[in-house]
Amino acid sequence: MDLAYLWFFIVGVLFVGYFVLDGFDFGVGMSLPFLGKDDVSRRQIINTIGPVWDLNETWVIVAGACLFAAFPEWYATLFSGFYLALLLILLALIARGVSFEYRHQRDSLRWKKGFDTLIVVGSALPAFLWGVAVANIVHGVPIDANHEFTGSLLTLLNPYGLLGGLTTLLLFFTHGVYFVALKTDGQVRQDARRLATRSGILTVVVAAAFLIWTVVNAASGSAPALALVIACAALAAVLLIGSVVANLAGREGWAFGFGAGTVVFAVLTLWLALFPNVMPSTTDPAFSLTIENASSTDYTLTIMSWAALIFLPLVLLYQGWTYWIFRKRVSRSRIEQAAAQAH
Amino acid sequence: MDLLDPLILARWQFGLTTLYHFLFVPLTLGMGLVVAIFQSAWVRTGNTTWLQLTRLFGKIFLINFAMGVVTGIVQEFQFGMNWSAYSRFVGDIFGAPLAFEGLLAFFFEATFIGLWIFGWDRLSKRVHLATIWMAWIGATLSAYFILAANAFMQNPVGYTMAEDGHRAELTDFWAVLTNKVALATFPHTMFASLMFAAAVVIAVAAWHLARHQHLDMMRSALRFGMWTMLIAFAGVALAGDQLGLAMVETQPMKMAAAEALYNTATGANASFSIFSLGTPDGSSEIWSLRVPYLLSFLSTHSLDGTVEGINDLNALYAQRWPELAQQLAARGDNFAPTIWVTYWSFRWMMGFGGLAALVSVVGLWLTRKNAKRAVPQWAWRIAIWSAPLPLLGSLVGWVFTEMGRQPWIVFGLMLTEDGVSPSVPGWNVLISLIAFTAIYAVLAVVEFGLILKTAKKGPEPLPDPETASEDAANVPTTVY
Repeated sequence: MDLAYLWFFIVGVLFVGYFVLDGFDFGVGMSLPFLGKDDVSRRQIINTIGPVWDLNETWVIVAGACLFAAFPEWYATLFSGFYLALLLILLALIARGVSFEYRHQRDSLRWKKGFDTLIVVGSALPAFLWGVAVANIVHGVPIDANHEFTGSLLTLLNPYGLLGGLTTLLLFFTHGVYFVALKTDGQVRQDARRLATRSGILTVVVAAAFLIWTVVNAASGSAPALALVIACAALAAVLLIGSVVANLAGREGWAFGFGAGTVVFAVLTLWLALFPNVMPSTTDPAFSLTIENASSTDYTLTIMSWAALIFLPLVLLYQGWTYWIFRKRVSRSRIEQAAAQAH
Repeated sequence: MDLLDPLILARWQFGLTTLYHFLFVPLTLGMGLVVAIFQSAWVRTGNTTWLQLTRLFGKIFLINFAMGVVTGIVQEFQFGMNWSAYSRFVGDIFGAPLAFEGLLAFFFEATFIGLWIFGWDRLSKRVHLATIWMAWIGATLSAYFILAANAFMQNPVGYTMAEDGHRAELTDFWAVLTNKVALATFPHTMFASLMFAAAVVIAVAAWHLARHQHLDMMRSALRFGMWTMLIAFAGVALAGDQLGLAMVETQPMKMAAAEALYNTATGANASFSIFSLGTPDGSSEIWSLRVPYLLSFLSTHSLDGTVEGINDLNALYAQRWPELAQQLAARGDNFAPTIWVTYWSFRWMMGFGGLAALVSVVGLWLTRKNAKRAVPQWAWRIAIWSAPLPLLGSLVGWVFTEMGRQPWIVFGLMLTEDGVSPSVPGWNVLISLIAFTAIYAVLAVVEFGLILKTAKKGPEPLPDPETASEDAANVPTTVY
């Protein structure tokens, strides 16, 4: 059964990867109306994530598949239970993904504006709803003896869930604006730095409230990993404040790095608060899904462990290489040059 | 029929989203290979014709790629959303190939496609060429794992039932990966995808040739496409033959349903009907065009083999699963799939594929080196309009293979009606079905329009190396 605990950790790592990576490109998408004053600057912003948004998004597919394989009960309860929320996320991801590909296919301003709107909505909706979903997983939802969710979409929209959603929305937004500042030059870069300061401070306030609530919940529920929960929440808070300070000091790389660290430790805080449950039941604790009762057999987990241990480092290696290849800033002049070539 | 029946709605949704997803998959699999070959030809020969073809078909390939990804997420999510009982039952087995697909193949494919798109002037020629091959290898591996997962639903292997019967548990992953159905389905699907890519190359080339544009380049592309089509067709047919044998062995009911064969037949009586008129379920036919012995040969590779009929198989299955037979009978059903669907989809699958290959045979003859007469306009038109044939063949092929599995969701283990999510209300499924249908319809129009525009615009002139700026090596020319 020990492997199930390892897989609780691996699935957590995959979601950390997803939220760090797609998190900042959600933020980049949401920043369009604030930073994209004209078409060139909007293209500059979108091109900061051009080569990577697709591979960032694949993390959710892999995380989902591993959740399915390692914890079928969790996957089944969660995905059928959070039906409408996940449907909205899917529709948003579809609209966003195709917009990146389609917006530059025609020169009409109306065509581009339409897809820009879809990018903004398609980024904001998942950024918010993922937070709502994860907060509710940690908080617990009505689950019956057959492991079936008995609530509705409204069940998920409770104060703690909404605060979780607001936290991820703001966190991803700020994280994305750091990335824009790091990857662009000229006016966009300056605007991004100024915007990041303001949104960063707002994020600190909201995230602090959410983290404190999470810690208090964990403490009252006598979570076995309470010390770690507190440590991770504190680290997340310190890193978040650090990112705001680094941004003020004009250290864009550090700001983005700290922003990524904030997401890592925020997700770890939630994961550890959840442990050893995977989906607590508010109907009756006896109906809760736990690491033990939701997992696959040892044989399946053994095979998957080998695959994950061999391939996850490899994935990090070649994806890291991709980021290295595209490390240069996206300059305004280059976009103008490319636009001129296209005509 | 209840409009809010979650089972019916979930089935429609699965069919719709799966077929839609499969509009993009063949172009990723087949066109990825074609583009990789074009680019290799350019790197080897230095002939810029191949570079222009790489870029042209690469663009068509990419318009399609993002759609493949986003519709793929829907596929993975809906197992849990609409089919949670199924997910609980087979997750221990079915999830593993999906997880392998993600970890080994999908990450790989998506990363290297990003590098290929944006790496034109950041990577050396050879490394850049390697990225498209890597992306194709990733896509191919990905296809294998998905087909292995599907093959488990057709022919469950490598498992044992849990003691309390609540789930199937994996005992032999290697058996799941080397499922004989997967081994036959994989080449069948890959070659079919290559046929579609070839058909697109042919159509684009024919469109330009009919207008006397880019003559040399498009003639090369046309002939390449047609040869590829014929090779791929041979592959599809051979793999299809193997798949047929595996099907008879593992799902005899599917083969009987493909032929609407109600009573067991042997030898000459096991004839294959190419076409028939009669009631939709094929139970009473008015007239049909039949080839004696052919069904027997297809099913058993022997002229006097016996092919079991639907009625006999139904009786056999009812004996083996008496409780499930009662459950089915309660709603006027039995162990046979919907016959008219399987009968016609099986024929259309082969018909579409055969027609596509025929077009290439004629085309190769008309465009041979020492042909005396110019190719007539009608021939170009046929070549252009035949582009969707292999895709249609693939789609009805999937309809056949999935509908032919009914009423089972996992053959012999679980009925489809028992796999649906028990806690999801029908109106939720209805909302998502409407939403997906609407968004997919809009996207199909946009996507098709963009591909058409790109294809008609044709190859773009290569940038003049003289005017390229100093730092061109460090900035992407490909930008959104």
